[in-house]
Amino acid sequence: MEKQLKNEMKIEFLSKSANEAFARIAVASFASQLDPTIEEIADIKTAVSEAVTNSIIHGYSNGDGIVKVKARLYENEIEIEISDTGSGIENVKEAREPLYTTKGNLERSGMGFTIMENFMDDLSVESIVGLGTKIVMTKKIKKEVTTY
Amino acid sequence: MNVKHFMEDRLLVFEITEELDHHNVEIIRRRADYEIQRFMPKRVVFDFNRVVFMDSAGIGFVIRKIQNSQQSWRKIGNDKGKRKLKKSFRNVRNFENDSDC
Repeated sequence: MEKQLKNEMKIEFLSKSANEAFARIAVASFASQLDPTIEEIADIKTAVSEAVTNSIIHGYSNGDGIVKVKARLYENEIEIEISDTGSGIENVKEAREPLYTTKGNLERSGMGFTIMENFMDDLSVESIVGLGTKIVMTKKIKKEVTTY
Repeated sequence: MNVKHFMEDRLLVFEITEELDHHNVEIIRRRADYEIQRFMPKRVVFDFNRVVFMDSAGIGFVIRKIQNSQQSWRKIGNDKGKRKLKKSFRNVRNFENDSDC
């Protein structure tokens, strides 16, 4: 059965690190329409922050560029797409390994993709070197049934 | 992001509040490095108790400070940071031994 789209939003912003907070708060606010728990919101905020930070640091190497964020709400699920037109990832499989980082000198933990995978229910990464990267992640919002 | 610091005896304490992401980590790192150079404390404490958000950049900051502290005999106190680290590292083998944290 096809998922029924309830709502959709798109934002674009410059690849400035100051926009990381803006992106995660915007997506978290949008996701709140599904009535998530505080923990679910925290997971979404962290995953969005990781993906946006990757675009800024790795995609554009702290240079100028545009980061695009789309979010779609379904009945009990949010799908978040974060894309850039930066340098792309040479080896996506390697990049998704825990503790893998190409910028260890910048105090990077190499945990970005691991956190995204753990905090969200599904994660896909498409990347072409020289063209950019697109990350799509979904999270089910498990509504609690209250009985009286 | 708000970072306060105070010096007591030879203990330098940084109180970090609000959100610890890549953007804020850069600000804190520069500030901490500057103040440590300035005061040359015997011990440094990073207080993360009032941090409400931390991503992998925050984790990287904590890990690097722990590595630095091991090298220079400084100690880091961050119980809340430990809990966040543990959740983030749950996919990494052998992390259960959090006495290393």
